Amino acid sequence: MELQAVLMAAGGGSRMTDLTYNTPKAMLPVGNKPLMWYPLNLLEKVGFEEVIVITTKEVQKAMSTDLKIKDVKMKLDVVSIQEDGDMGTADALRHIQPKIKTDILVLSCDLITDVALHEVVDLFRAHNATMAMLMSKAHEFTETVPGQKGKKKTAEQRDFVGVDKSGKRLLFMANEADLEDGLSIRKSIMRKHPRMLIKTGLVDAHLYCLKKAVVDFLTENKSISSIRGELVPYLVRKQFSKTVNSQKLKDDTDDQTQEKNDGPANHELLISSRDEPLLQLAQERSCWNDHRGDMSEAYHGGKLRCYVHIMDQGLCCRVNTLAAYIEVNRLAPKLFEEPSVHPSADISERCQMGSDSIIGAVCHIADKTSIKRSTIGNFTTVKEKVKVTNSIIMHGVTIEEGCNIQGSVICSNAVIGRGADLKYCLVGNGQHIEPEVPGIIILNTGNLDLCLHVL
Amino acid sequence: MADSGVIDGPGRKDEIERAKSEGKDLTKEEKQRLRKEKKQQKKIKEKKDDKASQENEKEKKPVTSAAPASQPPTQPTVQKAPSAVPATAPVSVPASEASVPADKPTKTKAELKAERRARQEAERASKQTKKGETGQQAATSKPKAPPSDLQPVVKRLPEHIQVDNPDVLKKLAKKLERQQIPLRSDYGYKVSLFSHLHQYSRKAPLTQQLSIPSTVIHPAIVRLGLQYSHGIVAGSNARSVALLHAFKQVIRDYTTPQNEELSRDLVNKLKPYISFLNQCRPLSASMGNAIKYIKKEISNIPSNCKEDEAKNKLLNCIESYINEKIILAGVAIAKCAIEKQKISDGDVILVYGCSSLVNHILCKAFEKNRKFRVIVVDSRPRLEGKEALRRLVQKGISCTYVLISAVSYILPEVSKVFLGAHALLANGYVMSRVGTSQIALVAKAFNVPVLVCCETYKFCDRVQTDSFVSNELDDPDDLIVTRKGTTPLEGWENESSLGLLNLVYDVTPPDFVDLVITELGMIPCTSVPVVLRVKNVDQ
Repeated sequence: MELQAVLMAAGGGSRMTDLTYNTPKAMLPVGNKPLMWYPLNLLEKVGFEEVIVITTKEVQKAMSTDLKIKDVKMKLDVVSIQEDGDMGTADALRHIQPKIKTDILVLSCDLITDVALHEVVDLFRAHNATMAMLMSKAHEFTETVPGQKGKKKTAEQRDFVGVDKSGKRLLFMANEADLEDGLSIRKSIMRKHPRMLIKTGLVDAHLYCLKKAVVDFLTENKSISSIRGELVPYLVRKQFSKTVNSQKLKDDTDDQTQEKNDGPANHELLISSRDEPLLQLAQERSCWNDHRGDMSEAYHGGKLRCYVHIMDQGLCCRVNTLAAYIEVNRLAPKLFEEPSVHPSADISERCQMGSDSIIGAVCHIADKTSIKRSTIGNFTTVKEKVKVTNSIIMHGVTIEEGCNIQGSVICSNAVIGRGADLKYCLVGNGQHIEPEVPGIIILNTGNLDLCLHVL
Repeated sequence: MADSGVIDGPGRKDEIERAKSEGKDLTKEEKQRLRKEKKQQKKIKEKKDDKASQENEKEKKPVTSAAPASQPPTQPTVQKAPSAVPATAPVSVPASEASVPADKPTKTKAELKAERRARQEAERASKQTKKGETGQQAATSKPKAPPSDLQPVVKRLPEHIQVDNPDVLKKLAKKLERQQIPLRSDYGYKVSLFSHLHQYSRKAPLTQQLSIPSTVIHPAIVRLGLQYSHGIVAGSNARSVALLHAFKQVIRDYTTPQNEELSRDLVNKLKPYISFLNQCRPLSASMGNAIKYIKKEISNIPSNCKEDEAKNKLLNCIESYINEKIILAGVAIAKCAIEKQKISDGDVILVYGCSSLVNHILCKAFEKNRKFRVIVVDSRPRLEGKEALRRLVQKGISCTYVLISAVSYILPEVSKVFLGAHALLANGYVMSRVGTSQIALVAKAFNVPVLVCCETYKFCDRVQTDSFVSNELDDPDDLIVTRKGTTPLEGWENESSLGLLNLVYDVTPPDFVDLVITELGMIPCTSVPVVLRVKNVDQ
């Protein structure tokens, strides 16, 4: 078996608590499908047959009832972990280490992308890499986000990513938060790769191909708890570390028994395979080198290699903020050629529906409604004379007559009373917006308490 | 038409008499052939008369069993097929043939072929009389005309040089479908002389169409295929070693299914892998020989052998093959070259591209304290010479680097030329990186000795005299280069009259090669078939 897929679905959605305080992030509806269906679909399309899903009990329960997830033909091996949130992604990998028999492909449940996965995996295979990851050029979010006053720039920390001149080999990775006195690059890296491109406008898709040796290394090295935060920068740094080079490994292969004794004390990544001398011979005899101009052999003799595939076209979005969630609701349905109106929805004829709207299953849309650029979830009822524009309405919502909803997000099971006029609002789960006297308009309320208060 | 054949027969005979009188002898075989052809023509004439009479019969009696009965020898194909329906089928065939235009009724394929051949011979003979060629030509042209009563021995052409034949492509597609391997599509406009070869693009790897955790093909083979198509493993020796390494992993992970024998099943398992690797990059001669060896070893495993034992045996065989044929052969060749004073003090040695064996020899010679310097010749688009340069300079050898366009400028300084080979063909031709034959030609013109270094496992029994028939077309986009910010060839696909050609191999005739150094010793180029014969006898 070549690769095992691991889906991390235990994340809490800490950057969009308004949406996730009731629904776990993995089950948030995007285009009327649960968020975790998208990475599962990506894996299924590419040909995976089994996925290990690491998630919480709550999500596990929700998964068993969700129709879309039941549709997934792969075998889902669900591993549930505690919900206290102390477990990082690397801790989760350590937890499932007995199940891992070969190299792994780690995905996050909030990744929605149409990348050709073979691009990432080919880098992993062809160069016998220790890690291969996916990154994408960040796109500005254009939609107005409820709860944001004006176009305030979110204080996201930038990531500095250094790649070599071919754009594939990852040389440097650091977050702005860790670079207090400025960006410093080791001389050993500059000597080996005199040309480095440093990019800041990249979004990490949290899709990693890791060698099995890395998972074994994690079990020994218990101090690493997050893949993105700690493991990846560690691996990138280790590429140029003096200890990991061909000389050391020659000694290792001579003295295999001693290695085992040193194992627990020595937290080095042991990247060697059987028939290492044959691979060496093939590389020696091959007239290929990944760089030109200096005296060293291919890959500078380094055994640890990290590669990155940077997507410049196509959709690659991580749904971990409200802005991303709204953006992705617009774009995700375009990935699939499904009919925008679910066949079981009951839509009256005098309803004006835009072509870029999506209506879920078992909906009732009454007359004289206008639905533009919106997503309406399953089991939703929309009464007469309602205008819904640019909004996201989740499942089980009831919208009474005469409402005007613009640029808002209405969570599941909410009830919007008659005549409510919501602009750029975020209505929480199960909330009731009382019918109010016409004339009062609610603007820009991100806070649920505030919402109730006004009415 | 038959009559004209008869007339031409004696006409040709006269021609031969003339030739004889000119002093060129016809050999006994050629005389025999002449006699056969004459007899044949008589037969054809008789058959035609028969046919004509039978035609008349058939037209009178539409359904007869006599008709098929009278034509058994001339309708072998018809009789073979519908054995279940003997009576109706032969009758229906003549009936359908009767519906064919009236000027050629009821003639079977074999008879048509025979007629065509007779016509061709007649035309050839008339051409010769026109040209008035020498008797030798006439004599040599006789064997060309295939006597139709001898079965023509047509060797099956490999599919990879018949890409412009849609039937062959269809067959290949079917075969790959059966083996569940995706078909790689050709890319870009192919120069017409080479349109019978595949041309792939590196940007469309075969893995695009495979499922990601590859189940049909072993992951080691997928990795190897990728490395081949990206050029990470390049060079005849490296490719063979990598291939054998991957096969070792396949054998290790292999388990014999129920009711199957390892010796037969493993060979069948390897076939789709080999097709896959072929699609990624056409197999080299050395790889072909290695595969033949492995297949032979696998099929020679006795059926009572336990699986673990058998696997161990195979792994050891592979190890020993690599050891003997590649590693030790390299050592032996280096020893031979150095001891027999092929590299002496004060030599200026010219090498081309990056041949692992030549580099090895030079490094060993340098270690033995021979004083020489090296000129590395390089060519676009691969620029492999840079890698050779790096390896030699790292050892401390003093090198000069030139591009192939400067070869005639630099040759007066050179005392010897060492070339590596991709394969040695059975007629003594050397198949190597494109540009090698140029170097050999220029070296010959300057009277510089050319030595080819090649292990015996690269000898193959193919025969080729030109570089067109069988070659490899690399990605044409490699020829696009950006200089000073401009890329002149950028939109080459849109130019209808522009084709980019990126050849990989060429063949060097044995006249330009003075010596071949192998682990069996120093042999002239023309002794390759002897070595092949001896090897076959050994095995």
